[in-house]
Amino acid sequence: MKRLPIVLGLVALLIVVAIVGDPLFTVHETETVILTRFGAPVGDPITEPGLHWKTPFVMTVNRLEKRILEWDGLPAEMPTKDKTYIIVDTFARWRIGDPSQFFVKLRDERSAQSRIEDIIGSEVRTAVAGHDLIEVVRSDKDRVLPPNLTAEGTTSSVLPVATRGRLALQGDILKAAQPKLASIGIELLDVRIKRVNYNPDISTSIYQRMISERQQIAQRFRSEGEGEAARINGRRGRDLLEVESEAYKQVQELRGDADAEASRIYAEAYDKSPESRAFYGFLKTLDTYRTILGEKTNLILSTDSELFRLLERSKH
Amino acid sequence: MSQPTLAFRNPPDWRKLKVLLWIVPAIFLIALALTMYYTVPPDSQGVVLRFGRFSSVEEPGLHFKIPFGIDRVETVPVRRQLKLEFGFATAGATNRVQHTSRTQHSQEKSMVTGDLNAALVEWIVQYRIDDPRAYLFKVRAPESTLRDLSEAVMREVIGDRTVDEVITVGRGEIEFRALDRLRKMATDYQLGVKIDQLQLKNVNPPREVAGSFNEVNKAQQDRENMINVANGEYNKVIPRAKGEAEQTISEAQGYKLKRINEAQGHATAFNAVLVEYLKAPEVTRMRLYLEAMSEVIPTLASTWIVDDSITQLLPMVQGKSIGGVK
Repeated sequence: MKRLPIVLGLVALLIVVAIVGDPLFTVHETETVILTRFGAPVGDPITEPGLHWKTPFVMTVNRLEKRILEWDGLPAEMPTKDKTYIIVDTFARWRIGDPSQFFVKLRDERSAQSRIEDIIGSEVRTAVAGHDLIEVVRSDKDRVLPPNLTAEGTTSSVLPVATRGRLALQGDILKAAQPKLASIGIELLDVRIKRVNYNPDISTSIYQRMISERQQIAQRFRSEGEGEAARINGRRGRDLLEVESEAYKQVQELRGDADAEASRIYAEAYDKSPESRAFYGFLKTLDTYRTILGEKTNLILSTDSELFRLLERSKH
Repeated sequence: MSQPTLAFRNPPDWRKLKVLLWIVPAIFLIALALTMYYTVPPDSQGVVLRFGRFSSVEEPGLHFKIPFGIDRVETVPVRRQLKLEFGFATAGATNRVQHTSRTQHSQEKSMVTGDLNAALVEWIVQYRIDDPRAYLFKVRAPESTLRDLSEAVMREVIGDRTVDEVITVGRGEIEFRALDRLRKMATDYQLGVKIDQLQLKNVNPPREVAGSFNEVNKAQQDRENMINVANGEYNKVIPRAKGEAEQTISEAQGYKLKRINEAQGHATAFNAVLVEYLKAPEVTRMRLYLEAMSEVIPTLASTWIVDDSITQLLPMVQGKSIGGVK
């Protein structure tokens, strides 16, 4: 019974040490821990997750992010080599590559973000200023318009050629920024362009160009239509003449054949012997009398004529 | 210093201690009960960390864990299909990063095309978390990284195409290529997600130029129209002309038949009469002559029969006014 206060006192002491002194601490899967003694780092950074020991009271646990982190820059306006002002929005991935150095030089993420902003921001400007606009826009420099599109005439635009392209540009920025950030413990993994847009002031002129381009395409469609229609109309005229003249020719041939054949038949009948010729002449003459002697004719015949022979005064 | 007062002083202290002895274990047991189990919802998996270190991945249901914060569980919705929207937002978002605020939309959808024109592109990405460990431990903000990555990939793909391809004919190809790219990059970035689908929604030219794009469509229509009208005219005229031509040819053929038949008829008739004539020429001749004269002479205006011995009368006869002296 007398030892109870001593035991209780020891337990209380242990509890105080445990709570205030913190001899045990956990390291999360996503954390790197740097132990410091009175502000100065002690030992290597602890990356292994789980339960760890440290000297109570004296040592402090500083936690740093082990995961891949993101930096998202603000959109910035900058000129290209061909003097086009564009607004570029980039983002990057980074890690705390060297925790000790990071801890000493930067201490926390906020200062890291601002350092990254400075360095990447200026590298992006440099890269963009050293390339034409098309290099910033195009990524796959080998891509050309598929041939079926230009044939159909659905697109009039040309796909300008780029020699390097966006991916090469991003590589340039990364290569330039990496070493500068490595010296402060930041491992830069990549830099990418998220957005590229025209500066609002030049948007107007871009739209103007687009409008006039479209109008040209519209004009081309219309004149193609007119041309084709004229072609068809011309063909119509020509085909019409062809049909009509062909028909005329055939008709004339047929009529010619008809007349020739009829003449042949008549000749065959009328002309086959002297007797037939004389008889035909006789019949035809009689027909002619029927036709020419009519109401308007006054006929004078002598009694010598065959018809009126019987009226002749008898001869002495 | 009477014995009874001493006896009264001790029992209350002991009783208080006894109460404490019961309260402390009771709190302990309650805390134990509350922290020793957890449930994983049916659309998720639970990632268990012991003292902060990865321990296991658990399936949906009720599980036990070491209490008092030694074991911690993070649930990850691996079976839920998640969606990201760009340039627009639909109501009822299923996750926090599905879309951004409206002011951001116009920024998200405006892009520069490969022919240095501008377009407005809206699209969605559908994905699932398929590696909970990577999702939790590799990248700090995997979903906002995925958003940024999607925008970068879409602009890469659009930046290689003309505005016509983007707005009209190239949509399928763009979706295909962007999905392919995004999948590859999500794997490289170790986001722990699987991209299921990428789909373009509204794709338009900028509002200021939309009118001229419509004009192009209209001009295309006009072209078709003009050609159709011309073809219509052709089809109206030529077939009719061909028909009329055939008609005149048929008429000529008919004429030919008629003439030949007539001639044959006349010839046959002549031949028949000739045969009879040759049998009795003189008689036939006289008969035919007298028949003809008897047809003709009655119709004449006047007939003079003069004996050839009269010599004066012949020359001066005054036409019709003589009258019908027969």
